Amino acid sequence: MIIFDHVSKTYDNGVKGLIDVNLTINDGEFISIIGLSGAGKSTLLRAVNRLNEITEGEIVIDGKSITKANKKELRMIRRSIGLISQQFNLVKRSTVQKNVLSGRLGYYSTFKSVLGLFSKEDYELCNQMLEKVGLLDKLHERCDNLSGGQQQRVSIARTLFQQANIILADEPVSSLDPVTSQEIMEELRNINETMNKTIIVNIHSVELAKQFSTRIIALQDGKVVFDGKPELLTNNVLTMIYKGDSFLKGSEK
Amino acid sequence: MKTKNILTNKWVITLLFIFLVWFCAYDIDWSKLAAFSWSGFGQTLSQLMKPDFTIFYDGSGEDIFSLMVITVGIAFVGTTIGTILSIPFVLFASKNLWKGNTIIPTVGKFVLDVLRAFPELVYAIIFIKVVGPGPFAGALAIGVHQIGMLGKLFTEEMELMDEVPVEACHAVGANGIQTMFYARIPQLLPIYASLVLNHFEIGVRSASTLGLVGAGGIGAVLVFAIQARRWGRVSMILLTVIVTVFLLDVLTGLIRKRLR
Amino acid sequence: MKIKDTVHFQWYKSFFVVFVILVCFLASASLTEASFYEVFENLDQALAFLKELSKPDFSYLPKLVDPMIKTLKMSALGSLIGVVLAIPVSFLATTIVTKNEIITQFFRLVLNIVRTIPNLLLAALLVAILGIGDATGVVTIAVFTFGMVSQLIYETIETIDLSPIEAAESVGANKLQTAVWAIWPQIMLNVLSYFFYAFEINVRASVVLGYVGAGGIGVTLSNALGLFRYDRASLIIITIFIVVLIIDSLSEAIRRRIE
Repeated sequence: MIIFDHVSKTYDNGVKGLIDVNLTINDGEFISIIGLSGAGKSTLLRAVNRLNEITEGEIVIDGKSITKANKKELRMIRRSIGLISQQFNLVKRSTVQKNVLSGRLGYYSTFKSVLGLFSKEDYELCNQMLEKVGLLDKLHERCDNLSGGQQQRVSIARTLFQQANIILADEPVSSLDPVTSQEIMEELRNINETMNKTIIVNIHSVELAKQFSTRIIALQDGKVVFDGKPELLTNNVLTMIYKGDSFLKGSEK
Repeated sequence: MKTKNILTNKWVITLLFIFLVWFCAYDIDWSKLAAFSWSGFGQTLSQLMKPDFTIFYDGSGEDIFSLMVITVGIAFVGTTIGTILSIPFVLFASKNLWKGNTIIPTVGKFVLDVLRAFPELVYAIIFIKVVGPGPFAGALAIGVHQIGMLGKLFTEEMELMDEVPVEACHAVGANGIQTMFYARIPQLLPIYASLVLNHFEIGVRSASTLGLVGAGGIGAVLVFAIQARRWGRVSMILLTVIVTVFLLDVLTGLIRKRLR
Repeated sequence: MKIKDTVHFQWYKSFFVVFVILVCFLASASLTEASFYEVFENLDQALAFLKELSKPDFSYLPKLVDPMIKTLKMSALGSLIGVVLAIPVSFLATTIVTKNEIITQFFRLVLNIVRTIPNLLLAALLVAILGIGDATGVVTIAVFTFGMVSQLIYETIETIDLSPIEAAESVGANKLQTAVWAIWPQIMLNVLSYFFYAFEINVRASVVLGYVGAGGIGVTLSNALGLFRYDRASLIIITIFIVVLIIDSLSEAIRRRIE
């Protein structure tokens, strides 16, 4: 369970990223965060694992405050939160295997990880997860030889291998074509349903958000302006969220 | 408007240019060049065209071949020292490793600038005092100079690197050293290796000149040959240097291609 | 668990690379009679030297002004001559104008050889042929600049827009006319920028040129070191460092404006 308690974020230059956000996210939810560019979607998502520091309020994950955690506690909490991002965040020159294995670095001592001494169980788990995303045959392939969709699958395999309870996905399909986007979203839903993991996705496409998620949160200028089931997201609400942007005007007619 | 017209006027620019050239040239003593004779130069050139192959190898260890091997050795040891010792400087000078702290990277960069400011020849003179004349002094000189050169280039690459995988490592709870080994080093290693190879080549070129001050290598015999005007020897030595540098260029080029 | 299934599946590759480097290093170390122990043992020598270097004799500064200006003049003149000579040769070193593979390869080979000779050796050679003096320094700088800038120019020529050349050829221009009217305007600013780049490098190199008698502030440095006047030597190095920094930023500013 993730609790946002009066969370605000003000950047150094005075710009407000988030304003008094209060949310409770239960285990096993598939949440899409929508809103215009610059509405604070990324800031909100990255506040969960404290890649972005918040300036006010507190975020509590499974009873532990990540806001107040010290360096070591922060690393402990981060071990159970996976991150997938738009640029696939893989080391392009490393092999698929090494990228996936790096997902459990938080569980290894510095010494063991520097020498690459991963346990037998982890190697097997890594293979299982790659099989799950259909890339086991690419085990020793370098990531820059893979397509965008394949790279995003490696990224997913890594968060699965990490055995995170929560998966954050920051625009996971923005740089993929529509068909691959659909496949990746299906992969995420599959993980959400079969493994009961909490998934929070930032997404531009309202259609994908409606199609896949169990709950949608909409942000506007750092404030939560909608929070509910996808069915409740009517065109009127969307017009409000997107400040009457043209693509919605078209569909209203 | 008027000043702009004057400055863009072709004639003004031409006159200014001629004046500058004259200003640079008028007080240089050209009499030596006037004494230069083409026939003498022709003679020198024809002697240069006949390299003295007999000195290339005689098994004494003082022949051109052995000296060239030592020269390459100087460059290798120097580049290795430079590479290893530049790493700590890079860790200090790269601003992306010091989130929020601007003083340490600035100081680090300044130290690298100072190290680079001294020519290798001056380092060679210092190290001859420390370890005595010989190839090792040359290797140390090249090493210290290359800390500055490689340190600067390494730092630039570190600051230009893709930070997204670094963030991914932090996000799974990896500590600083783990992030270094899993996100930074895999990205930087090929680039660094390529830079090191390139500087090894530059090092060979420098090493062939350091003999001038007694820091070992082929430079000393070359300077003696030049001073004695034994052009056959000079051309043999130059030929050896040129061929060696050329071969190393080809070799490092092949390795660099494989690093991509 | 087999090793081929782990991240170390290519262990033999890394092993091989490390092995080769180690062997080369050990061989080189024994060739150069390296003894790192000696470095630490005699470190006080180096420290004493650095201590003297750290006390520059500023009263010597007025005497440095003339040789410094001389060095700048020599570098500027040498760079100019080098660039001027480099322009026609770089045209010959591309096939774009000559359409002749043999001429191109010949000139490239010559340029490669000129570039391989370290500038200090070049200076020593020219001092032997032309005698000691500033004029020799200018010639050395010119030859060195020639080798360096020719490559930069011919690489630029190869990246230019080819349509003006076709236009010139189609109206019946000869090769010289093509070079002057269709190519030169496209590369003029780059050449100017290379001049400043070469000037900067040459001022730096002037320190070592004086060492073999090719004139300029290097001679002053060489004399100071010869007389064990390290306080003067350090002042000379600091002066050159500052002048190079100024030229660096000036030439960068100029080059940025050009581009």
